[in-house]
Amino acid sequence: MTTMTPQKRPPRPKMTFSLQNDQFKGLLWQILVVGIAVVVIGWLWSNAIHNLSVRRISTGFAFLGREAGMPITDTWIAYSPKDTYLRAFIVGIVNTLRVAVIGIVLATIVGTMIGIARLSANWLLSRLAAIYVETLRDIPLLLQLLFWYVLMQGLPPARGAWKPIEGFFLSNRGLVMPGIPLDSGHWGVIGVAALGCAAFYLLRRHLIARQMQDGRPRPNWPYGILLIIVLPALVSWLSDVPWTISMPELHGFNFAGGWTLAPEYFALLIAVVTYTSAFIAEIVRSGIQAVHKGQWDAALALGLKRSFVLQKIVLPQALRVIIPPLTSQYLNLTKNSSLAVAIGYQDIVSIANTTLNQTGQAIEAIALIMAVFLTISLSISLFMNWFNARIALTER
Amino acid sequence: MATLTDVPQAPRPAARHRTGWDAHPALRWMRANLFSSIGSTITTLILIALLAKALIGLVQWGLVNAVWTEPANDSAACRAARGIGACWAVIPEKYRFILFGTYPYDQQWRPAAAILVFIALFFVSSRRSFWRRELVLIWAGALSLIGLLMWGGIPGLPYVAQERWGGLPVTLILATFGLAFGFPIGILVALGRRSKLPAIRSLCVLYVELIRGVPLISLLFMASVMFPLFMPDGFNIDKLLRAQIAIIMFAGAYLAEVVRGGLQAVPRGQQEAADALGLTYWQKNRLIVLPQAIRHVIPPLVNTFIAFFKDTSLVLIIGIFDLLTAAKTAIIDPAWQAFSVEVYIFVAVIYFAFCYAMSRYSRSLEQAQTAK
Repeated sequence: MTTMTPQKRPPRPKMTFSLQNDQFKGLLWQILVVGIAVVVIGWLWSNAIHNLSVRRISTGFAFLGREAGMPITDTWIAYSPKDTYLRAFIVGIVNTLRVAVIGIVLATIVGTMIGIARLSANWLLSRLAAIYVETLRDIPLLLQLLFWYVLMQGLPPARGAWKPIEGFFLSNRGLVMPGIPLDSGHWGVIGVAALGCAAFYLLRRHLIARQMQDGRPRPNWPYGILLIIVLPALVSWLSDVPWTISMPELHGFNFAGGWTLAPEYFALLIAVVTYTSAFIAEIVRSGIQAVHKGQWDAALALGLKRSFVLQKIVLPQALRVIIPPLTSQYLNLTKNSSLAVAIGYQDIVSIANTTLNQTGQAIEAIALIMAVFLTISLSISLFMNWFNARIALTER
Repeated sequence: MATLTDVPQAPRPAARHRTGWDAHPALRWMRANLFSSIGSTITTLILIALLAKALIGLVQWGLVNAVWTEPANDSAACRAARGIGACWAVIPEKYRFILFGTYPYDQQWRPAAAILVFIALFFVSSRRSFWRRELVLIWAGALSLIGLLMWGGIPGLPYVAQERWGGLPVTLILATFGLAFGFPIGILVALGRRSKLPAIRSLCVLYVELIRGVPLISLLFMASVMFPLFMPDGFNIDKLLRAQIAIIMFAGAYLAEVVRGGLQAVPRGQQEAADALGLTYWQKNRLIVLPQAIRHVIPPLVNTFIAFFKDTSLVLIIGIFDLLTAAKTAIIDPAWQAFSVEVYIFVAVIYFAFCYAMSRYSRSLEQAQTAK
């Protein structure tokens, strides 16, 4: 009997300096391509340095500390034209995020509803959902945005505002609605509630892990009520935070009190939400259709309730198909929010553009836009990848 | 002997009660698809009520109370109908400007012919029998013909400067040239991203991720304000061409990802067989891998093209005269300022017609692929 000799791996072929050798050829190619890239970028850079010195523009981010002198009408954080460019940029970032975050939430809700409606057994409902999707997908977003903005401007003035529901006013000043004027005390209570949510999440994970060990069910909802509702309410009561709702009222030509969504913000939000929801609807529809019908049949044959089957069997499987394309829709929505510049909503792109025109710091302004969007894109990708890994199929 | 007809048969259920709902196929269809349950019936009734209300409003605004014709440069009748009826009269008044921009009026048959060449080019490219190498020559020929029609400069076709171009041809040029020049870049970058050479791979990854991570607008801003900074003194190129370069770079990054998807779908055995035959890297990709990869990705390629076609409208922000900019400029005219909704609807119909045709086509291809 022959003994098995341990198989030796073939030695790596030595690199020889001839064009017949693959490794050497690869090295040459890399040197060539990187060399061209370095030469081109270096040439562009030296041109830029020369042009900037001719125009007497100093490079660098020192201009961020100068007074901006640019008016920004719709802000969530305090800002006046006397503030610095840095603060103007922060206002712009907040304005971008406020469209992106609220837009993502609303587009997901609307898109899921339309996607499920497209699968409805009701012919009329599914046809209407299909028309919604087809129409919105095949018209450029910028055109839709201009269209919404023109409609917004064509609304009656504040005096003749539409009142769809008591307390809500729709006019060419935007949408005004009842709201609670928030100050630091309110934010403190909201912070406590957020901490309560986090604590409840950890506690629930712990309880489920215990249940997995001994099989005894442990209800977790009382802790939820305690941590998320009772605790913040107690803090609010002890520190006397007033929760009075301010109703908007017409004073002269404008409204006072309540919360106002400026027409630019409102038009932008409607445009990105309806446009993106059409794409999300298609993703949700194909995700649900991708779950095999046998999964429904098998679960129902086990005697499970329909709602339980949807929640625990169909949806988790559909989500696996839905999440990756959904992530790229979220990224698209965030990037599309930059169309704001066309209707004068001051997001980061619009503010960087104004800065560029005022100071001539083109390279820095565009670098800042890119840095902001790359950061937001990367954060969304990381979060969605984490979520995707959590729900991914774990096979033995 | 009993014949088959003697066998007693259960009465057909359909024959038993052919009354009410089952009297007519249309009624049966309605019962199954509109009134199958209480919930479905309520949904149907609510939707019919909402739909009727919306349709009556739209018909009154768009047809009954609409103004269709007006004497030239006079919008009195339209202004009288404002708020209750549409002013379609703005379209015959302005359509030449919206479609062709400021192109010399008596030469506007040339952009019109260019649009027809574009449509013919799309049609030819959609036929399966033309999916051969010769298609590249057809594209080169058609694009040169379009350039000749738009620029002119030969006897019979007077020269028209690029600043005068506008409207639909510019939209089609930006999208189609973006695809035509972005595609080779996309192929090279996709191959580079799969290459074994680390320096080339990381350069390609950097290019794709940088471009895909930022909005197209920032690239267009870059093309319009930063490009002159990066060029030597006295050297400058036309604004339209700069925007076109930005769109080509943008298209290259997105097409690279589409092509990469196709490359991943080609079985490894194909590559190994090509290696075994002793083909070089370029021969292997040109003859074996790419033809298979590209056939795989034609449906997503069409979808990407639809996205570019819509995205070219962003050049409005840097002031290039495409279809949307022409429409927006047409209604600056004080007489017609109030009727932008009608003009936007007209332009939306044009965009929709192109995009819908292409998306129907890509879906039919997908269905043919899955049926195989």
